[in-house]
Amino acid sequence: MSNWHFRRKHVAESIAKFFMLLSFLIVAASLISILWTILSKGLPSLSWSMISQTPKGGYYLGKEGGILNAIIGSLLLAVGGTIIALLISLPITLYLETYIAKTKWARYVRLTMDILWGIPSIVYGAFGFTLMLSLGLRASLLGGIVVLALLEIPILTRAMDEVLRLMPDELKHASYALGASKLQTAVRVIIRQMMPGIVTASLLAFGRGIGDAASVLFTAGYTDRIPTSLSSPTASLPLAIFFQLGTPYPEVQNRAYASALILTLIVLVISLGSRLLSARLSRFINK
Amino acid sequence: MVRNQDRYGSTLFFILTLIPIILLVGISAALVVKTLPLLREHSLLELLGGTTWKPMKGLFGFLPFIASTFWVTILAVLIAVPPCILTAIYLAEYANKTVRSIMKPILDLLAAIPSVIYGVWGMLVIVPWVQNKVIPFAKSFPNGFPLLVSDNPTGFSMLAGSIVLAVMVAPFIIAVTNEVMVAVPVGIKQASLALGATRWETIKRVVIPSTLPGLLASVVLGFSRALGETMAVLMVVGNVVQMPRSILDAAYPLPALIANNYGEMMSIPMYDAALMGAALILLVIILILNVASTLILRRLMGRVRRAW
Repeated sequence: MSNWHFRRKHVAESIAKFFMLLSFLIVAASLISILWTILSKGLPSLSWSMISQTPKGGYYLGKEGGILNAIIGSLLLAVGGTIIALLISLPITLYLETYIAKTKWARYVRLTMDILWGIPSIVYGAFGFTLMLSLGLRASLLGGIVVLALLEIPILTRAMDEVLRLMPDELKHASYALGASKLQTAVRVIIRQMMPGIVTASLLAFGRGIGDAASVLFTAGYTDRIPTSLSSPTASLPLAIFFQLGTPYPEVQNRAYASALILTLIVLVISLGSRLLSARLSRFINK
Repeated sequence: MVRNQDRYGSTLFFILTLIPIILLVGISAALVVKTLPLLREHSLLELLGGTTWKPMKGLFGFLPFIASTFWVTILAVLIAVPPCILTAIYLAEYANKTVRSIMKPILDLLAAIPSVIYGVWGMLVIVPWVQNKVIPFAKSFPNGFPLLVSDNPTGFSMLAGSIVLAVMVAPFIIAVTNEVMVAVPVGIKQASLALGATRWETIKRVVIPSTLPGLLASVVLGFSRALGETMAVLMVVGNVVQMPRSILDAAYPLPALIANNYGEMMSIPMYDAALMGAALILLVIILILNVASTLILRRLMGRVRRAW
């Protein structure tokens, strides 16, 4: 082979490597740009009253108040939604793994989960809204929680299913050999084994729930008050950001940036927290 | 006793697995039922092919919204795919442990950031960039640059929506692509390197052909995620009902239509049916994409396996 041929190969290699590094930097730079934009715009308007007060009269004209209603509303919605979703998806995942591991039915259920996972949250919102209309319900905390739970079920099931697939079959077999029923095996052996997976999946779903605006827009409504019961309308952080940005007043828009910073911080803490937690919890399981 | 426990457990669990299936059927059925009044008064062709949207006059042409949705999504995928695939290749084949351990949290964070935050970023960074840089650049061509001719005075445009969407779907595309790349057996890569191929040649001739189905899956995944994205796009895309002609025009995708009008839909006859119809169109497109991608994937997987 000629010298020229070799040189060409290495030039191609360098060009390819250059473009790969460039792409890598572009992706990293967009994250930095997002975080920097939110931080630099949000920090100047962030104050204690923003997170400790509900909107007072004239808040949307630039007067006193904060977005405590949205912070509490979002936490209630996401916690409620995640708990209900977990109560439904955990048994489904266990059933998929212990009872019907490789049957046709398991394939159908997994396929349905994949399809549900792909359905956008605005469609869940529209569906929840029609359902509530036909039942005569108005936008409420309960409505928001139920729609978020529906949205989170496929996220949770898929994440936990992935964890279970990595689990060695011997554990199950050992449990059966000791005379345990499938139910006992699922509850005593498998759940314990997948604990880190449950925690990370729940936090992932919680993060998705707290940041989702399109599904709660119709179903939870919006209000300046902190919800007092399941039937009261409930504000949420994403919608607080959206509505404040929509006003023509710069003071209110600045508060939208501060609200965006609060939401970003919550999501970042959850994301980092789930990493740390899963690392700590994984010490307790058999590898 | 153990056997009884298993039987009751099994029945109870079985009922639970019906929930996702009931949910999928329920969502589809509810949207169809709600759209029926509209379908009774207008033909399907009139609805899907019509370009006039005047709910007050009872005119519901969905074409501008459907066209907007596809334009924005396709453009976003075109922007996202090349850097995402290159990044995934870099992470799988070149990067050392340190780079990978930096990139993993970056991707996790990008995936975790809520849609509305992307929207705020788009309004603060991308929209002004389009307005101050891209539009003057497009105007500097005397005869007009194809696809860039627009009289849109603001930066709220399909291009802005697509850029924001591209960043949003990037973590998904990179994560899936990377997973597929890592799964390629080390042996065949080593064989190629041993024959004197450079790393890039190995990637081009061995890794990419063998991961083609996975690459396709990651792109389709990104595409269908982008299709239904609501808040971020709604905030930067301009929301003007028109047939988009240029990527600098404002557009009005289906999810934005639903989200923007839910408040007033009760006061105008047929409006609620039309909005549920928009949700139904979105659902149908996504279902078709999901099913089609699964079928194509199975085919391709078969072909690649046979090629081994």
